[in-house]
Amino acid sequence: MKKVFSRPKSLVDCQTHFCPGCTHGTAHRLVADAIDHFGVREKTIGVSGVGCAVFMYDYFAFDAIEAPHGRAPAVATGIKRVHPDKIVFTYQGDGDLASIGTSEIIHTANRGESITVIFINNTVYGMTGGQMAPTTLLGQKTTTTPYGRNFRNDGYPIRMAEMLATLEGVAYSTRVSMHNAKEVLKAKKAVRKAFEMQIADMGLTFVELLSACHTNWRVKPLEGQKRVEEEMIPYFTLGVFKERKEKDFL
Amino acid sequence: MAEKTLLKGNIALAQGAIAAGCRYYFGYPITPQNDIPEYLSAELPKIGGTFIQAESELASINMVMGASAAGARVMTSSSGPGISLMQEGMSYMAGSELPALVVNVMRVGPGLGGIAPTQGDYFQATRGGGHGDYFNIVLAPASVQEMFGLAIKAFDLSDKYRNPAMILCDAVLGQMKEPVILEERGAEAPPARPWALTGAKGRKPQFLKTLYLSDGEQEAHNLELKGKYDLLRKEDVLFEGKGLDDSEVVIVAFGTVSRIVKTAIQMAGDEGIRVGLIRPITLFPFPAEVVRRTAKKIRRVLVVEMNTGQMVEDVRLSIEDKVKLRFYGRPGGGIPTPEDVLREIKVTLDEKGF
Repeated sequence: MKKVFSRPKSLVDCQTHFCPGCTHGTAHRLVADAIDHFGVREKTIGVSGVGCAVFMYDYFAFDAIEAPHGRAPAVATGIKRVHPDKIVFTYQGDGDLASIGTSEIIHTANRGESITVIFINNTVYGMTGGQMAPTTLLGQKTTTTPYGRNFRNDGYPIRMAEMLATLEGVAYSTRVSMHNAKEVLKAKKAVRKAFEMQIADMGLTFVELLSACHTNWRVKPLEGQKRVEEEMIPYFTLGVFKERKEKDFL
Repeated sequence: MAEKTLLKGNIALAQGAIAAGCRYYFGYPITPQNDIPEYLSAELPKIGGTFIQAESELASINMVMGASAAGARVMTSSSGPGISLMQEGMSYMAGSELPALVVNVMRVGPGLGGIAPTQGDYFQATRGGGHGDYFNIVLAPASVQEMFGLAIKAFDLSDKYRNPAMILCDAVLGQMKEPVILEERGAEAPPARPWALTGAKGRKPQFLKTLYLSDGEQEAHNLELKGKYDLLRKEDVLFEGKGLDDSEVVIVAFGTVSRIVKTAIQMAGDEGIRVGLIRPITLFPFPAEVVRRTAKKIRRVLVVEMNTGQMVEDVRLSIEDKVKLRFYGRPGGGIPTPEDVLREIKVTLDEKGF
């Protein structure tokens, strides 16, 4: 019988620590799929952020390093400058990338480092127990915004894909979602494009993946997917914010 | 006979790094060490290396971490406020056992301080500095020649122990010019790094991490690190010792101030007072054994530092309580004169000095 579906070689056959129904697993699979697709598993080096994303090295079958909180793009810069021929990517959550690591992501993007950044936006700090993230929606209750996020006190949810698209060094910036099969297929294409453009050495490629964290949202998994669609997407618009066509851009 | 070149300390250090095979530099400007990045930004591209002026010292040390993980000899340099920001990365590098050279051309503090020479970062350098149970390898040059030579030594020790190494110096050593013999690097090439992340081609995937959650895993890791520090203390202590057998008092001093102490020792000699010197070259590992042995014999020890008393704690820990120990220091950019030190030598010899 013809095999039509199997585990990517880049994904280790093991049980993850992610909560049942969490879309981190989906995001991991999309990354592994892209790396298998381009046949670059043996030359890929992953850099994990701190938070739920930290255990990347247990789940991916390629070299990886754990960066300090928020610093993954700087660590990836060091790796890529030593190995320009390798495929280097970071995998970061919203606390890691959009809060403590804003300086590193912005300047790594601005230098146009040829790396791929996989950014998981689930509007909450997952591993530390559901505190407010920079992406937390207005009115959203978290363990540190018990009355709901109020812009006068907490500021506004930050839109990273749009912000990064303004930087010359960025080759590709997109936001996709994983709340249903159709969107996952679109996300798969986006992740592939991001790695494809890195292989072509076009600059930094950035994929923001809207993700549910039903554990910390205190909802059932399916309700979580519904919230992504009904509450997150109206604020975090899906789409491609930048896509460079030529390698030399200035 | 090798030819002598007149060089500024910071440049000699940068040349030492290149001689050691370092081809990657990531850093952020801060006085009084800017000659190092400026020089390397011009020289590294000529020899196939990479120089990046990072957006902050946080980014610098994490780029260093990435390049080291990728298998390269790599360095950064900074001064007090920037070194404080680098402590996060240095802790992670000690934890994930990554070698690199970090240079601290000290400036005064706390806070922004000024750019005057000081030795106020001794504690930060020798106690690890960041969070967690670890040490840096710390080397303290006292001449421009040593700025060159110890840069090479620091890389070698850092690789030997898979641990960050620090050169601790100040603006006097960084900015002054002295004749230097630029010796070619010996046969000792940078060792292979089988642990480096190079892509899992023909081998199993490798990873570098500092998070250990299983029961007992972190403790085992800490004990493994301790094993390295114990070995360092056993095998790689460096110091300069003079007059350790027949002196009336022995001075312990490192770096810039040890040069002033040497002048004071000559002046004392002219007056018939015999004074010995222990100049620690490795601050971690501290030369505790020679300090202990010498103090036991000479019974009077004077510690001179350009701070309010930091290394004196390591000296105190190394000697018996009965030994007479005196400290003389000037903080905040104050530099002792040889006359000051001579006066302190005499006080140390006087019973009323204690």
